[in-house]
Amino acid sequence: MLFADITEPFEFEFFRHALIAATMVGALTGLVGVFVVLRRMSYIGHGMSHSVFGGAVVGYVAGFNFYLAAGIWGFLSALLINQTTRKRQIGADAAIGIVTTASFALGVALISRASSVTRNFDAALFGNLLGVSQADIWVIAAVLAFTVGAVFFLYKQLLFLTFDSEVAPVYGVPAGWIDTVFSLVLAATIIASIRIMGVTLIAASLVIPPVVARLLTDRFAVMLVLSSLIGAAVAFSGMFVSYYWDIASGASIVLLSAAVFVATIFSVTLRNWIRTGRPVPATRELTAAEAKALFD
Amino acid sequence: MGQPVAGNEIVRLSGLSAGYDGKPVVADVNLRVAAGEFVGIVGPSGSGKTTLMKVLLGTVHTYAGEAFVDGRRVSLRHRPSVGYVPQLETIDWNFPVTVEEVVMLGRAMQSGPWPWPRKSDTAEMMRLLERLGIARFRKQQIRNLSGGQQQRVFLARALIRNPRLLLLDEPTSGVDIKTRDDILHLLVDLHREGVTVILSTHELNAVAAHLPRVVCINHGIVADGNPAEIFTTDVLRRTYGGDMVVVRQGGMTLVADSPHFFDGRAGGAGEVAV
Repeated sequence: MLFADITEPFEFEFFRHALIAATMVGALTGLVGVFVVLRRMSYIGHGMSHSVFGGAVVGYVAGFNFYLAAGIWGFLSALLINQTTRKRQIGADAAIGIVTTASFALGVALISRASSVTRNFDAALFGNLLGVSQADIWVIAAVLAFTVGAVFFLYKQLLFLTFDSEVAPVYGVPAGWIDTVFSLVLAATIIASIRIMGVTLIAASLVIPPVVARLLTDRFAVMLVLSSLIGAAVAFSGMFVSYYWDIASGASIVLLSAAVFVATIFSVTLRNWIRTGRPVPATRELTAAEAKALFD
Repeated sequence: MGQPVAGNEIVRLSGLSAGYDGKPVVADVNLRVAAGEFVGIVGPSGSGKTTLMKVLLGTVHTYAGEAFVDGRRVSLRHRPSVGYVPQLETIDWNFPVTVEEVVMLGRAMQSGPWPWPRKSDTAEMMRLLERLGIARFRKQQIRNLSGGQQQRVFLARALIRNPRLLLLDEPTSGVDIKTRDDILHLLVDLHREGVTVILSTHELNAVAAHLPRVVCINHGIVADGNPAEIFTTDVLRRTYGGDMVVVRQGGMTLVADSPHFFDGRAGGAGEVAV
């Protein structure tokens, strides 16, 4: 591929916009995804995006601003999931399944009634690098800045709640307040990412970069940075794949992330094998002796 | 049965009922613990040991009675400042966190708005890690430690708050006999320095060997006192609902299972003085 081929897409404003937006979205989902993965809430990304889709359709039909409608809907869904999860008989996965699929179904029902809406939501389902506006970039930048600020200033509280949610409130961490901020950040992340990633593929961008980062480090702060960088890098690269191969942007980013995941699993397994003298899968817990051999 | 309380009272439970979803797990509990005491809570699984701990932490609903820690009433809205070591079974050992990060969490709400610790907090952490003999592991991920070392990490997290009251939920479960002995000796040392220690455990013999006071519970207090006095077949039967053999030798009290096969003499519970 010639240098001219690489620089060609930059001639188009839509690509420049999409590239900036996707890179920020990648960093954002990578950062927020660390908490989603470590809190074992991977399914919530999938559910929340479907829930936001319902809110976006309702907003569109009612003539509201996309971000406003999807934002309020997503935030209320997150709160409802949190409340439902607190009922001891209902697990988090079931609560997410009920709230979000009902919301998604509402969106589908409204689309079925008004067929003219369908075309506009193809991009929302699978992601599209066309049509990312300057305003979208500002919204993503604002969400990214808020999220980075929240993670920076609430780092210790978020770490405590994520690591040991039972004891954190005992030591004075305001769990309810922090969880509400996290719900807000998660909803905002999903809404800001929908145009690039698509409803059906956001969950993967919340999960794969943190999992890759976890394979590479045992330190929480390093995992946050690595996951954000991996997310940004695969999103940046994925936009070129999307442009040249004419694939939906969400799909190209997720496929690239999956390739990075496979390569990381392979390289970590190989590294463990070389250091310990026998094959140790990257996904298996190491024994204390194996861990000592690796880290000494 | 009760224990007279000398000195400043640090814990007082009066006619307390507490539990979950409107169902009491413990009922009509009256308990007083003086500052500087070392108390063990024993009882079968589901008898309310952890619930009683949670009452003192202010994380469980109380339906009747009152709970006071350090003179202040405890509730879901008013939680006392205590040191707490949870059951280690609840910890995610694969979590990407190092020993020093775990310990610093004990000061998460006191160490300023920045993500990094203050110098004074780091110095205090190092002093504690040195004292507990785990300073050389401070950069290690917690999974890479032995059971005893892991227990010390969470003890350090509790102690970095300089608590007057230290609560430990089954600190000796899942560790070998040597580690259990080390942990209990460490707690005895802390107790001698003036920290009030309350722990729950299933280890009756360890309690009898190390603790001056034990509370037997089974949804309520069955007995409260010195283990040499209250570990009787009758109290243990009412606590655990089964027969056990109590052996007394040279001032030591040992509790054994009721044997099915024992040198040809099968079955039977009772007290044996050797």
